[in-house]
Amino acid sequence: MGTLKKLELAVGVFVVLGLAAFFMLAMKVSNIAELGEDKGYKVTARFENIGGLKIRAPVTLGGVRIGRVVGIDLDPRSFEALVTLSIDPKYDHLPADSSASILTSGLLGEQYVGLEPGGMDDVLKNGSTLKLTQSALVLEKMIGRMLTNAAAGDQSPAKTP
Amino acid sequence: MIERLQRLGRLALLSLARLGKATLFLLRLLGALGALGKRPGLMIRQLYSVGVLSLPIIAMSGLFVGMVLGLQGYTNLVDFGATSTLGTVVALSLVRELGPVLAALLYAARAGSALTAEIGLMKTTEQLAAMQMMAVDPFARVFAPRFVAGFIAMPLLAGIFTAIGVLGGYFVAVQQLGVDSGTFWSRMQASVGLVDDIIKGVVVKSVMFGWVANWIAVFEGYDATPTSEGISLATTRTVVNTALAVLVLDFVLTAIFFGV
Repeated sequence: MGTLKKLELAVGVFVVLGLAAFFMLAMKVSNIAELGEDKGYKVTARFENIGGLKIRAPVTLGGVRIGRVVGIDLDPRSFEALVTLSIDPKYDHLPADSSASILTSGLLGEQYVGLEPGGMDDVLKNGSTLKLTQSALVLEKMIGRMLTNAAAGDQSPAKTP
Repeated sequence: MIERLQRLGRLALLSLARLGKATLFLLRLLGALGALGKRPGLMIRQLYSVGVLSLPIIAMSGLFVGMVLGLQGYTNLVDFGATSTLGTVVALSLVRELGPVLAALLYAARAGSALTAEIGLMKTTEQLAAMQMMAVDPFARVFAPRFVAGFIAMPLLAGIFTAIGVLGGYFVAVQQLGVDSGTFWSRMQASVGLVDDIIKGVVVKSVMFGWVANWIAVFEGYDATPTSEGISLATTRTVVNTALAVLVLDFVLTAIFFGV
């Protein structure tokens, strides 16, 4: 009986260790702190092009993270991208005419939504839409535009004389 | 030519028959689970031998795998000035792949082989037959407790492996190489999801691996040729088949969960 008790004790310690490991993974390694963020209010924004924006990308204002992207969809009529942002209810005084733009952190970093506060007295509420948006910079498009500009610049002086 | 085809056909039929036998065995085993509630002590004893006794190797391996990840990640990322993402690299690789897979491989080598050898020897020395003579069902008395104990132990071991691995990565990255501790954890937390990575990675994968590894181990013991050579063959087959099954299953699960 004594050995069985010791055995049971060892198994108990093992199970506790295993559960503690999962607890540590959940609390320390994962973003469990943000799971409750569904309490945040939802704001939609329409973009012409969202580039590489992904769900769960951060939403920041002045560099401070205030929420995250919870949904990305395409409007079947206007062919605009509909991005749903969930914003922490702590920040409930954002002016209704705030603008959203899709930015990249660093040259190769992930894309996020940056908000610029506007000046209106009305505030953003659950279900509001951000009117002023700026699409993601798509590098290929920019380079393409630069190349066409350069080509046009080369040609026009050649034509004039 | 015809003979070769025939040999191939026989091989295919034999492996199918074995698979069928293994499935029937599993069904009988699951049927015997009900009896387990009456004698939980049987399972505790097994949980000790497959779980507690596997702890040292799991903990050591986890620690060193995490430390290697930290070191390798650092030397590669430092060229791009991206060492701030080291926490993400270490945690994601451990949580999604290395934790459950390596824990399952170690488990097969450490505990699966022992299960097979034990059951094979029981069969060889006719202990199983003797039990049946005494109207004791070996499925309820021998197979089910071992299977369930392994099935419980596997996720716990994978969790411990992963957690210690993360700590090992932290030790190398932060304590030795001077990555900022706050960045290490915050970048990790920002990109590791509880459901997306931890549940789908460590938990689901290790539960599936535990199922497969213990099924193979117990069945190979049950199916072993009752000779000393048969036991050694069965033990080898357990380790080889479990490793293959775990790696293939891991690919399938990764494609389902993390594929685009």
